[in-house]
Amino acid sequence: MSDDKITLEIDGRVCTAAPGEMIIAVADREGIVIPRFCYHEKLSIAANCRMCLVEAEQGGRPFPKPIPACATPVGEGMKVLTRSKKALDAQRGTMEFLLINHPLDCPICDQGGECELQDVSMGYGEDVSRFSERKRVVKDEDLGPLIATEMTRCIHCTRCVRFGAEVAGLRELGATGRGEDMRIGTFVGQSMAHELSGNIIDLCPVGALTSKPYRFTARAWELTSDEGIAPHDGVGSNLQLHIRGGQVMRVHPRDNEAVNECWISDRDRFSYEGLNSPERLKAPMLKRDGEWQEVDWQEALHAAVDLLKAPGPDQLGVLVSPSATLEEQFLLQRLVRALGSDHIDTRLRQLDFSAAAADPRLPWLGVPIAELEQQQAALLIGSDIRQEQPLLAHRLRKAALSGATIALLNPYEVDLNHRSIQLRSAPQALDRDLRALLKLLGRPPVAGPIAEPDERHQRIADALTRAGQAGKGLVLLGALAENAPVYGLVRALAAEVAAAAGCQLGCLAPAANSVGSWCAGSLPHRLPGGAAPARPGLDARAMLTDPRQGYLLWGLEPDRDLADPILAMSALRAAKQVVACTAFRSPALDAVADVLLPISAFAETAGTFVNTEARWQRFQGAVPPPGDSRPGWKVLRVLGTMMELPGFAQNSAREVHDELASQCRDLTPDNQLRGSMPATDLSSATPQGAELFRLGNVPIYATDPLVRRASALQRTPLAEQLAVSLHPEDAAALGLADGQLARVVQVATNGECIEVNAPVVIDDRIAVGCARIPAGVEGSGELGPIMGPVQISKAGD
Amino acid sequence: MSFRNTPLAVIHDVDKETLLTPELRAEIDKHVAKYPPEWKQSAVMPALTLVQDHNGGWLSRELMDQVAAYLDMPETAVYEVATFYAMYDLEPVGRHKVCVCNSVSCMLGGAEELMHHIEKKYNVAPGGTTADGKLTFKEFECLGACRHAPAVMVDKAYHECVTPEAIDKIIDDLD
Repeated sequence: MSDDKITLEIDGRVCTAAPGEMIIAVADREGIVIPRFCYHEKLSIAANCRMCLVEAEQGGRPFPKPIPACATPVGEGMKVLTRSKKALDAQRGTMEFLLINHPLDCPICDQGGECELQDVSMGYGEDVSRFSERKRVVKDEDLGPLIATEMTRCIHCTRCVRFGAEVAGLRELGATGRGEDMRIGTFVGQSMAHELSGNIIDLCPVGALTSKPYRFTARAWELTSDEGIAPHDGVGSNLQLHIRGGQVMRVHPRDNEAVNECWISDRDRFSYEGLNSPERLKAPMLKRDGEWQEVDWQEALHAAVDLLKAPGPDQLGVLVSPSATLEEQFLLQRLVRALGSDHIDTRLRQLDFSAAAADPRLPWLGVPIAELEQQQAALLIGSDIRQEQPLLAHRLRKAALSGATIALLNPYEVDLNHRSIQLRSAPQALDRDLRALLKLLGRPPVAGPIAEPDERHQRIADALTRAGQAGKGLVLLGALAENAPVYGLVRALAAEVAAAAGCQLGCLAPAANSVGSWCAGSLPHRLPGGAAPARPGLDARAMLTDPRQGYLLWGLEPDRDLADPILAMSALRAAKQVVACTAFRSPALDAVADVLLPISAFAETAGTFVNTEARWQRFQGAVPPPGDSRPGWKVLRVLGTMMELPGFAQNSAREVHDELASQCRDLTPDNQLRGSMPATDLSSATPQGAELFRLGNVPIYATDPLVRRASALQRTPLAEQLAVSLHPEDAAALGLADGQLARVVQVATNGECIEVNAPVVIDDRIAVGCARIPAGVEGSGELGPIMGPVQISKAGD
Repeated sequence: MSFRNTPLAVIHDVDKETLLTPELRAEIDKHVAKYPPEWKQSAVMPALTLVQDHNGGWLSRELMDQVAAYLDMPETAVYEVATFYAMYDLEPVGRHKVCVCNSVSCMLGGAEELMHHIEKKYNVAPGGTTADGKLTFKEFECLGACRHAPAVMVDKAYHECVTPEAIDKIIDDLD
């Protein structure tokens, strides 16, 4: 055999294949259609539906029976017939058996019109059933608010079971019972709590598992399809948006092996529900004498122009959602810089900007997404990876299953679906473990406190060193690190660890277009193309600690998306001019803004997202923005023109994109830190006396205004509510029991003291001395810094 | 990765010393020792049998979960095994189990008649337990004793070529 290649013939066509490949995989590559239900290229082989039976011969001897193409490896000189009489008879026979118990409810089935069983039965099924006995009926199970079940329709392909076991790492679904009593379910009736669970809707070849929010709202043939890019995490999953009458009806994945393979996270799949939220802002609004009034665009724009001009050069601060498109961010920075200030930022939840001078040129993942699964070791610092980046967690899980060491250094032990080494340290003490690792890696000691290295540190150091030698090691910084008050220091130490072990350093982009900000220049210390301005402007935090006279808020809610809601709200309340461009109304915006301009949300505008591997992904507007709202880049263009500023004459989003792209030609991903180890002053971040440290994680369904309004997602078990999670030791010391109400007292940066009551959750995965109180959720807007000292006591005491 | 070649191990967050009883664990360990270490879950069937015998002939969900935890396997995988095989009972049972084979040879050899007899005489439907709690009557999917059909398994003993009179005698001799 030359080059380990096998030659075989399928339906008379000569094909080459690798040894061990299955017939069906070769046929798929050649475009030869073999019907199938249970086979899926991303799942293991079950060979239980028997639909792919084909006739074959090997070495001149025919196989005595038809063979399943999905489970028969190719052989040299094999001849396969997929459409011979014997093959077709076998396929017809299988089809007849599959249809015996399948209900004839296609007219009321959501899968109707896009059903694999329906399609194949058109080709192989008989008109009349010979089965006259009673069909079986299977009781449905409630799998939660995302997945609708109709288990009578199930044909037992077990794709969903295998997905759970192999991809999700959560074996909840199973096939219980035998023969006619066999059914797919959880047996104990629990709902699927997994961030990728929606994918079983796509996998199900029949209408047994369908989308609950989409249920009975449209038929497949009424929908048109448009391409989109997911707006919630750094992956930028490729989407297929299904649209009817100018509304997104549902979202499916679009295959892209380099980015999301064939999966998407539930957040990307179901967040479209937020588009139809009753809180959508559909017309421009102006606050007159404390009353909100709907006005026309002309009036609103004139008011906005006056408000933006009033503060004068240094007094305007611009806070931009990191999910804003590249075009919006580019025009926003042009606007604010033309007005004479550099005060623009998208790093809304970051607290520590002390090391901004050392920022890399274009922080990115460090390796392409597709190479994550080839890493031999990865150290994640401050990342609840499954919540932050569900599909990157999936890639790392694949690496772990093929033997990689995945280590995490976090303020709390995170739920993972694979083996890992987890270190736990309070957010302000993450640096201690990194110093310990550096010591083990043979680096000269770095000044500062150090953790006592134990066997886990040793294993991590060894694994990183080995992986580094093979060029397959990675040190990643996540959102919990980025939002920590010691980010600058942690990042510098992480870079040292990476260098000492020969690994790549990577940053997980917290939002869909965080990396885009570095390209578009929507940061106080970056111009478009990555150059530095003569004098950096104020960052997201400094704009609030050193309040400005006027603000422009773009696509964010000040009480949910900013690092210190209390500080932010008081700065915004005190400001004389606040212009908010938003897709959603919220009480906080109503309270602080003077004018509200309705802008497009996800799927309603053309634009570009730069994902965490610095991949530029363009998309078109798939549906019109509702009411009078307009694509964001157009609003900015008009504002710029009205203010007679240069550079706002673009006729399309494409032109904006091209202009920026030409400026970014020389901007390549680069994680190299500039400058030396920062001296971080930790005094304000260190708890005093009986104080605990607030650890504000941003739960998976609280990241941005759109997902917070996706009602089905908010009803899942993964949607966190405001609560105080404490280590049992701390809880005991405070005399608090699970479920009791605790009083949380936090002092904001401006000295304001706030009190909030929240229920206690006892959780031994939290680091001692920490109180995990999520940010971005209902009620969290009443609190101070996302991470910082906090006093907890029994409510009512 | 293949579903069949690599078992999905789930490490449960429990101390194994707290599961089941020390005697049961020791018995299960004997079976675990027969398989490669990563194939611990191959011992699930003997483990379930041991636990069922110890629990008066049936398996509760808690016990199945404990077996899952002890063998590092997903709970669902244990439920799959326990619901597939006829010899596991998931509801409380009588003091004895009378299992009549209903596969082809036994059916032809008079199993149906035998079942009607038991149903009438002891007033118990297949799958049910007599009012006095003496016996649970089960219709069983193939005992594998076709040569001497009809076959009946009473507790752990096989009885072949069973007639209605013979079964009465067998049942009378119980307890």
